Amino acid sequence: MTLPLFFFYLFATVAIVSAFMVISSRNPVHAVLFLILTFVNGAGLFMLAGAEFLALLLIVVYVGAVAVLFLFVVMMLDVDFASLKSGMLQYAPVGILVGIVLLLELLLVAGSVFIAPEAASGSGLPIDTTMDNTRQLGLVLYTRYVFLFQGAGAVLLVAMIGAIVLTLRHRSTAKRQNPVDQVARRAEETLKVVKVKSGQGL
Amino acid sequence: MGLEIGLGHYLTVAAILFTLGVFGIFLNRKNVIVILMSVELILLAVNLNLVAFSAHLNDLQGQVFALMILTVAAAEAAIGLAILVIFYRNRGSIAVEDANMMKG
Repeated sequence: MTLPLFFFYLFATVAIVSAFMVISSRNPVHAVLFLILTFVNGAGLFMLAGAEFLALLLIVVYVGAVAVLFLFVVMMLDVDFASLKSGMLQYAPVGILVGIVLLLELLLVAGSVFIAPEAASGSGLPIDTTMDNTRQLGLVLYTRYVFLFQGAGAVLLVAMIGAIVLTLRHRSTAKRQNPVDQVARRAEETLKVVKVKSGQGL
Repeated sequence: MGLEIGLGHYLTVAAILFTLGVFGIFLNRKNVIVILMSVELILLAVNLNLVAFSAHLNDLQGQVFALMILTVAAAEAAIGLAILVIFYRNRGSIAVEDANMMKG
């Protein structure tokens, strides 16, 4: 067995086992941690396929941001997760049925894959093996796919604004600044210059 | 199974991950957080397929596409969790069956 194949089987096995633990573990914090493990192993598979930039991006974005976001939400919400698990096996038979059918169909497609010769030869954007993956992606991302890149930025902007707008909460008890009042304040309304004779109070 | 990592290897792993994600939605029908995690698993499987085909066809376009899916997945997770937080704030629970305020 060659070394890449060994690592492929290692990453694939750990990814699948931890993906199963994500959906079956009783504690959602454990589920998030297993999700992180799945993504790290998925990044390993990406790395083996030669997509180094995407592999590291998966670790940065998913493990560094999305999984931590999940962890925050799980820990922030005071939910009785045991009660949510109560009817867990109620839908397991139909789930197993759908899963088996889906898996068989997908494996059937994966096993009988046939690439048309014109698709294999007429590659739209051939991978240059003399250049590293990151540089190559950067060369097309800012030129050929600049609108796609900008669109991705817009999607993230909308998501950011959406998340802020959704979770923003006005509490009546909290003291807040009122910029309009502050700007409309005038010196003559609030200040009075008083001559005080020496030795006397006001 | 050959000695080289072929397209079939990747497609098989991605198919199993995809199925586990779908199965997770069935298994955790009440828990929105685990459903969101299952959706992330499904998106990982799709990305794996795109990267595998990109490597197999020697075409960088698949990786560019996977990059965009990664962006959309991150946005989806952020919005989904924000909705989850305000849902919990309003109803005091995250069970899917409690999401019936709109009588849909």
